Amino acid sequence: MKNSSRRGFMGKAFGAVAGIGAIGSLVAMKKSWDPLPSVKAAGFTTLDMSIYEENELVTEKWRGKPIFVLKLTSDMLSKIKDKKNDMDRLIKVGDSYFMVTLGLCTHLGCIPGYNPADQTFLCACHGGMYDVTGDVTKAPPPRGLDIPPFKIDGNKLVLGETGPEFIAMKENGITL
Amino acid sequence: MAHFEKATSIHDWFNQRLAVDAVNRVMMTEYWIPKNINFLWAMGMVLVITFALLLVSGIFLLMYYQPNVDTAFYSVNYTIMREVDFGWLWRHIHGVAASVVFLIIYIHMFTGIYYGSYKKGREMIWISGMLLFVAFSAEAFSGYMLPWGQMSYWAGMVITNLFAGGSLHADGLVEWIRGDYVPAQAFLNRFFMLHVLLIPIAIMGLIGLHFASLRIPHVNNQDGEEIDFDAESKKYLNGDKAGSKVMRFANDFMSKDMMVVGIYLIFFFYLVFYHYDFAMDAVNFDPADGLKTPAHIYPEWYFLWSYEILRPFSTNIGLIAFAFAQVIFVLLPFLDRSPNTVAANRRGLFGIWFWAMLVDMIVLTSMGKLPPEGIFSSIGLIAALTFIGLWIVLPFITKMEKKV
Amino acid sequence: MKNKEPLILAVVVFFTLLTYYLVEPFAHSQMHKHVEGEGFAYKDLPEVTKTGDATRGQDLVMGAGACVGCHSIEAAGMPASMEPQMAAASYGVNPPDLSNAGAVYDEKFLTALIKNPAHALNVEHKYTPESGKMHPMVAFYGAGGDIDQEVADMVAYLKSIAVSQEELTPKMAYELACGRCHAMGYENWTQIGEKPKFKHEKDSLAFDIKVLEYQDSLKAYMGKLPPDLSMYIRSRGEHFLETFIEDPQSHLEGTAMPRVGVTAEVAEKVIEHLADSGDTKRHEREAIGKNVMIYIIIFAIFAILWKKQVWRDLH
Repeated sequence: MKNSSRRGFMGKAFGAVAGIGAIGSLVAMKKSWDPLPSVKAAGFTTLDMSIYEENELVTEKWRGKPIFVLKLTSDMLSKIKDKKNDMDRLIKVGDSYFMVTLGLCTHLGCIPGYNPADQTFLCACHGGMYDVTGDVTKAPPPRGLDIPPFKIDGNKLVLGETGPEFIAMKENGITL
Repeated sequence: MAHFEKATSIHDWFNQRLAVDAVNRVMMTEYWIPKNINFLWAMGMVLVITFALLLVSGIFLLMYYQPNVDTAFYSVNYTIMREVDFGWLWRHIHGVAASVVFLIIYIHMFTGIYYGSYKKGREMIWISGMLLFVAFSAEAFSGYMLPWGQMSYWAGMVITNLFAGGSLHADGLVEWIRGDYVPAQAFLNRFFMLHVLLIPIAIMGLIGLHFASLRIPHVNNQDGEEIDFDAESKKYLNGDKAGSKVMRFANDFMSKDMMVVGIYLIFFFYLVFYHYDFAMDAVNFDPADGLKTPAHIYPEWYFLWSYEILRPFSTNIGLIAFAFAQVIFVLLPFLDRSPNTVAANRRGLFGIWFWAMLVDMIVLTSMGKLPPEGIFSSIGLIAALTFIGLWIVLPFITKMEKKV
Repeated sequence: MKNKEPLILAVVVFFTLLTYYLVEPFAHSQMHKHVEGEGFAYKDLPEVTKTGDATRGQDLVMGAGACVGCHSIEAAGMPASMEPQMAAASYGVNPPDLSNAGAVYDEKFLTALIKNPAHALNVEHKYTPESGKMHPMVAFYGAGGDIDQEVADMVAYLKSIAVSQEELTPKMAYELACGRCHAMGYENWTQIGEKPKFKHEKDSLAFDIKVLEYQDSLKAYMGKLPPDLSMYIRSRGEHFLETFIEDPQSHLEGTAMPRVGVTAEVAEKVIEHLADSGDTKRHEREAIGKNVMIYIIIFAIFAILWKKQVWRDLH
């Protein structure tokens, strides 16, 4: 019947208009759920690399997670200078080399302890071990300590921003 | 287990398990509504939409609001208004809707009074409606506490002080309600609980009761005519849509509902974006300070008539008058002694009573906002006495009413 | 059946608007007296009669005017010698840096201020002979020549070192004209400056202590702590703020807040900054509001059309 089909049309048209409004509201609702600007801004930590002492592990914080910063001694460096895999894990800032990783064991997330005498990391939870480049030396961790996104800015390291050195590390499979 | 056939379609699958066709008939396409109505009959749907706006905007506010005396104000006016994407929109919608919902409630209520929709079988609709009014009032009051501004704090202080009962000096009761000597953390937290959980549940239950109480008596009409719904609905279903006195809820009544809702939303969103100060009083943009009372304290507009009945009298008499005012509307179906269910303009003195009551409520509302001084307090006193007088007189004038 | 709906609508709209009028505009007009400003004309202050010379002014400001005895002037390479909270403790109040005074304050006002600070600032009621208190800023009694010419020269110098009106942002205007007394937490502004990000909790707390010390001096000087202005655009409104800034006494008689003496243009920028703090999303609200209004009108039109179609058979 002509009437009912026209009525049906107008009803569907109105429904479509209402639907557009509903979609607009859903978009606004999704955005309200987004992390707040202050949260995203806090997602960057700047480290002043000139303050660290050699072979002294300092634990910083980035996005609520612990970050290991270890300045390597020349002694440590001489032992690994020829091992490309190990050198690739380090970050060079100025003339110094640093290990900068998430301080969380890649096995199940405990925080490993550093022994400056042995120059090793030992995770008390299940016995995993890492060396001074963050590479895993004893099971059960599946991979070396993860490296956070970073950007070298003169004497400073900005965690949370991505620089070319970090991109290279990702491409070489050094970190996830 | 009942017998089930192999489903012929998705629709049939649901129909066999949930009787969707029957539900659709009973709730929508064969829920019969009189045709002899006007746009005021759409206020119920407008209220449902407004309540939905309050619920949804409330959900997003709830994601960021902090019910803590030190951070509540900041969580609203900084986090929600400045940081959260569209946070300002949810806050404005919530504040404006909380105010406008009472305008619609009062229109809805006075429509019911005018057309006698509380009489002869419809008493439960009226009573459940008045309970909804009380629930919405409690919801509004508890919600107003949450931003923890100056008005939140001092309104909380003043209204909870009422429970001391004047000469009864029930200070213990007041402290029990607050959970502390003054409105503080305990007070804020428990009113947060009321606002977010308990009262919304009560409201949803009462809405269910309100709708259920409407089914058997059916929706009223402009002439209060008693319609034979069975006969008229048969006429409709046999094809005589124009001649029948009734129409379907869906889509006949609903399409008109949506038209009224559409026009209402133009007005509503205009207020949300361009004209919202009436709903977000300036005084509440000062953080709560227990050591400084604002120069003018007043409740939100929808409580002013009630507030004004309390004010002109001495403490004890004021409290009695105030309690009277809260309860008396519920008793309307029983105080109206006339058998006539027709529009007020056909009911002689009751017609005059209606307009007198409406004007008196407006006078009380405006005096309630003003400082209780000089001519304002005199007018307020007269209006309060008129209010009480009108209710005393109601049984008598309706008893005398000629049968229409 | 006569369609009564237009009449019903008119009645509902009438009573709604009546109630709105009584409860809002009328009631507020009764509760708050209306103050009409004078557009920052400072009619009570004498007109400026002389044209100043900035070079002569510089000599006076540095020399006989003795301004730099208390006031730092960063723009002239004379930074503050003490931290703000130390200055506040020593002098009672922290003397403002004068680098941008020439851009922020009205010329008539500055002229009057240099000759009689308490009068220009409208705080003479605080410094009556009976009170025994003197305004911390000493009046300029002249350097031997025509005092009006000398004052004009000093004002000209201040104007010459200040930023231009284009460079003066709302934030700068606020910090210079109001920020020494009024914190603005939502913009991270304390009376001693924006709070920096500290890595160590100890340094953050040390800064907070400096702010509290400053606020103690301020409380002692003003009688009570000037309020945080983060939400004042919404709690007071534009008109109140404009007339209040022009003359605090017009709204709060007897208040300790001085008449700050800004120009109308600077007052507008200050209010803009207050709006940036307390009504940050106003531009977004207006933009989205326009789109929502267009949408909802279309929504209503479609609803009306649907209703008309459905009801064609029902009448």
